Amino acid sequence: MGQDKPVVEGKALPLDDIIVEIRNMTFTRGSRKIFDDISLKIPRGKVTAIMGPSGTGKTTLLKLIGGQLHPDSGEILLDGQNIPKLNRKDLFIVRERMGMLFQSGALFTDMNVFDNVAFPIRVHTELPEVMIRDIVLMKLQAVGLRGAVSLMPSELSGGMARRVALARAISLDPDIVMYDEPFTGQDPIAMGVLVNLIKRLNQALGHTSIIVSHDIQETLSIADYIYVLSDGKIIAEGTPGMLKQQDSEQVRQFVDGLPDGPVPFHYPAPDLLDELMAGGVFK
Amino acid sequence: MILDKIQRLGHRTLSKCAAFGRSGQILFQSIVARPAPMMMLPLLIKQIYFIGVLSLVIIVVSGAFIGMVLGLQGYTILVDYGSEQAVGQMVALSLLRELAPVVTALLFAGRAGSALTAEIGLMKATEQLASLEMIGVDPYRRIIAPRLYAGFICMPLLSMIFAVVGIWGAALVAVDWLGIYSGAYWANMQQAVDFREDVVNGLIKAVVFGFIVTWIAVYQGYDCVPTSEGISQATTRTVVYASLAVLGFDFVLTALMFGDL
Repeated sequence: MGQDKPVVEGKALPLDDIIVEIRNMTFTRGSRKIFDDISLKIPRGKVTAIMGPSGTGKTTLLKLIGGQLHPDSGEILLDGQNIPKLNRKDLFIVRERMGMLFQSGALFTDMNVFDNVAFPIRVHTELPEVMIRDIVLMKLQAVGLRGAVSLMPSELSGGMARRVALARAISLDPDIVMYDEPFTGQDPIAMGVLVNLIKRLNQALGHTSIIVSHDIQETLSIADYIYVLSDGKIIAEGTPGMLKQQDSEQVRQFVDGLPDGPVPFHYPAPDLLDELMAGGVFK
Repeated sequence: MILDKIQRLGHRTLSKCAAFGRSGQILFQSIVARPAPMMMLPLLIKQIYFIGVLSLVIIVVSGAFIGMVLGLQGYTILVDYGSEQAVGQMVALSLLRELAPVVTALLFAGRAGSALTAEIGLMKATEQLASLEMIGVDPYRRIIAPRLYAGFICMPLLSMIFAVVGIWGAALVAVDWLGIYSGAYWANMQQAVDFREDVVNGLIKAVVFGFIVTWIAVYQGYDCVPTSEGISQATTRTVVYASLAVLGFDFVLTALMFGDL
């Protein structure tokens, strides 16, 4: 799997049962190539992390898998169905198998917590309200927010909103749950709660989890398999143990959090001294 | 230099064409993807409340004052010719044919149109639209269609209310304050107003304006740059474009309806 990248030998996971496969995908935005002919496989029932520095297109990758964006070339297969080739109607049917936790939570602000979690169930099933109530309460119990059932999104803290969004994402027991930067901006307690929750839910419900994150320690602690992206390519892949043993400079810089290295800290710019000496006003 | 200008002009033209195409696509898909009646009804009622009922105050107050001003101005002009009895006729025709649909549409663009754009734009900025898509719900069906239909329904109703309140406001000034004989006020109006020619044409205008304002509002919200500045610009564009489109289409419709073209 993957392509020209420094990968340590051997694979700890059996990668024969694949739920999502990306083949030779290229995606550009404006003149910038976000992904350059990448290929990767997401194993079924496991926690797979997509990591990499900011701006490498991690969230974009989730949007491509979810069919919200279309690649310039290549295939994105979900159990053999090529997502970019689906028509709008089929795409919405496929999305019923997916749950997504957005970075902002993306709760519907005109609905309370209960209605937010119940929304996918009401839309996609014809279950009676009594049963919907029980399902919603169970999902909220799983994320520890059954007591917040009547609150509005504006009354929730950031961590609580993300947990409610997680309850909504799993309300239909999807095959795949995609997490977009689930730990960003969380306090240590909320972060610990979310880390445990993602792992526990993955084990309990048996769904496939795809986590996009640049929080290294938290992600390494729960991921079964990891891809590291940089400059539109997959620069490394493997289990957390394998990744820690990598000697590629790019991977080491990212895993060890070094400020400068192959991935420069500074955005490309002319020499500072030359620019200061040039004088004038900023145009 | 000249080539740069031509290039910029070409780029702008293409962008405008693309935007027009996108707005047409949104309109078409929203109409095609209309939700099932049982699902549509509660969403529609909610939007009719937000777009129509909450616009009532501004429509009623404006209608009353514009009617009162018309009554006053009409009286002061017509009294010089001894024709003050014709105030009712003048007020009714002005309101039914022009002022009710046009002023209601302008007020509607300012109150409901801007609110629609801001709401949809904020939903986009907070990823609620993307979230709907990922849940497997078509935002055209769930968000855009009910708002479009609510706009079509509310505008003619608001326009009628505006006209009725305006006529009543004019009567208050002309009959109760200035002392025109009430029988003449109402009888002249009844005699001069033709249902098909004046009332129905006024309503047709209101439906067209409702369609234009709501279409512009939902498109600007859906297509905006999802930042605070982007939403603010989209809201402004809604009011400006909708107002200009209403005034332009008013001339075209008036020419077609009353210009013997």
